[in-house]
Amino acid sequence: MSAILEASGAAPERDRGGPAQPLLSVTGLVKHFGGRRDWSGKRRGMVRAVDGVDLEIFKGETLGIVGESGCGKSTTARLVMQIIRPDRGEILFDGEAVGSPALGLQDYRRETQMVFQDSYASLNPRLTVEHTIAFGPWVHGEGRRAAVARAHDLLARVGLAPERFAARYPHELSGGQRQRVNIARALALQPRLLILDEAVSALDKSVEAQVLNLLLDLKAEFGLTYMFISHDLNVVRFMSDRVMVMYLGKAVEVGPSDVILKDPRHPYTTALLASMPSMDPDNRTEEAPLFGDPPNPIDPPPGCRFHTRCKFAAPVCSAREPGLGADLGDDLVHRVACHMADPSSGHPGAVAAMERP
Amino acid sequence: MAVLSDIRIDTVAPLPARASRGYWGSVLRRLMRDPVAMVAAGVILAIVLAAAFAPFVAPGDPYKGAMLRRLKPIGDAFYWLGSDELGRDMLTRLIYGGRLSLFMGVLPVACAFVIGSTLGVFAGYVGGWVNMVVMRVIDVFYAFPSVLLAIALSGALGAGITNAVVSLTIVFIPPITRVAESVTTQIRTRDYVEAARVSGAGAFTIIRVHVLGNVLGPIFVYATSLISVSMILASGLSFLGLGSKPPEPEWGLMLNTLRTAIYVQPAVAALPGAMIFITSISFNLLSDGLRSAMAVRA
Repeated sequence: MSAILEASGAAPERDRGGPAQPLLSVTGLVKHFGGRRDWSGKRRGMVRAVDGVDLEIFKGETLGIVGESGCGKSTTARLVMQIIRPDRGEILFDGEAVGSPALGLQDYRRETQMVFQDSYASLNPRLTVEHTIAFGPWVHGEGRRAAVARAHDLLARVGLAPERFAARYPHELSGGQRQRVNIARALALQPRLLILDEAVSALDKSVEAQVLNLLLDLKAEFGLTYMFISHDLNVVRFMSDRVMVMYLGKAVEVGPSDVILKDPRHPYTTALLASMPSMDPDNRTEEAPLFGDPPNPIDPPPGCRFHTRCKFAAPVCSAREPGLGADLGDDLVHRVACHMADPSSGHPGAVAAMERP
Repeated sequence: MAVLSDIRIDTVAPLPARASRGYWGSVLRRLMRDPVAMVAAGVILAIVLAAAFAPFVAPGDPYKGAMLRRLKPIGDAFYWLGSDELGRDMLTRLIYGGRLSLFMGVLPVACAFVIGSTLGVFAGYVGGWVNMVVMRVIDVFYAFPSVLLAIALSGALGAGITNAVVSLTIVFIPPITRVAESVTTQIRTRDYVEAARVSGAGAFTIIRVHVLGNVLGPIFVYATSLISVSMILASGLSFLGLGSKPPEPEWGLMLNTLRTAIYVQPAVAALPGAMIFITSISFNLLSDGLRSAMAVRA
């Protein structure tokens, strides 16, 4: 355990900008996939996977990212993790641009780690658990023996007895155990930011709850910051301090999770919440809150991307794209990209929305 | 009196703290249970041992003939497997011939395995235009039928065993490279390779630790299936006079020199061919067994 205690003691010293500075600050993130250049050199037929996302994650908080499949959640995570290069956009980690001389990619990878959704695919089937976990520290110059010792410490910390599990191969573990190994692997480099990309989605409910509690414990113990991606609103509510809702490669609403989940301002967020099955039989969902599939991200609708499925769509919605507006007046910044939240937009529902308590 | 809290109930029996059998350990165990593969391995082992210890095993001298006792039939009291057109003992020559034939079967494939895996893993891992360039060059070689390519290269380089090995190596590099490239391309996008990249590891470290272990197995299986092809091609080259030269005992060459006797002693003339057949089918069956032993998750 010595290595871990040392790590948690060392964490505050790595803090550069103080508690007020966001740990991660992303502006204008864009990633388009595929497409061909036509005769004029313009790219056509590309998938606008992430199309201008801004986000901030403050130190010690958990930012939940929710949205339908294909909305760009995972691509955002991979962009932030620098697994794929963004087309545009800036990523600042604790005030330093990632890839700048002050914070090279190699250093950034010690600070930020990621847990993948597929617990089996993310473990090398030919490596034992201890070697998988020890790989990161070993790459960063730790001795073989010290790295394996650290792996054993971490295994114990994620609830897997090292004497029983260290020498096992991934196929000898259950899904929950494998995901614990993945978490230990991510923690082996003592990161400050952990990106959890649907990390519990593939687990069954009881195991999911155990892993979520483990994540909360680890967060408190090591002073971690989480970027928690999920399509499960219940899980996001349980884990997150703030929530960002994504739709077709854009953020549509950002705010504190209790505010957003109780009083959503974007019609899409409302629909997402309404689609959660209720435990109360008197409160059952009578009609589908959303109809149809999301539009094709190769050719997203003009104006507000949600207007094709929105109950409140007005002419202005297809004409002009709403930006993430100003703070709606909560304690933490609650912003929404909807014309109804903007009195000057000319949307007929805007005034009514403003008069809400 | 036993207090309830004193009684510990293990709902899940803890597994013994054994060291897990590694991947290759479990493959070997499964291979041992495959009777066909084991028979094939036994045949290969027997042929290899006989060839290696030929001076002790063989009853006679592979070069010494007796003009009076030419083309004896199989079952002859003196020559158990008959004698060839120069009166040399067939059994002795078949045993000695295994040396060169096995050598010509294994060495080109081994060389091509090293070169082709390197090329293919590199091209597959790097991807992009590097992959394009490497694979298109490989495709040019791949477009030729392997027999024609082997003959053309051997003909251009000149007869001789070394040149035959070189030309067969060149023949086997393209198919091995293609297999290596396709397997690596699949592995490259796996989450664990991405996770390794996220750990900050460089390309060579990732290839060494995470890619090779998952890629070499399938390439190796494919390469073992080429050993029989290599033996047959090498025999073909010898038959055409492009490989080993008489009086060297080599199965392909023996087939060539005995073809004049095919109407006199057809059974004896067919013996070298039978050896080629038995050896190559054994290699193929062993390779099949290895493939199915490796197919199951470790």
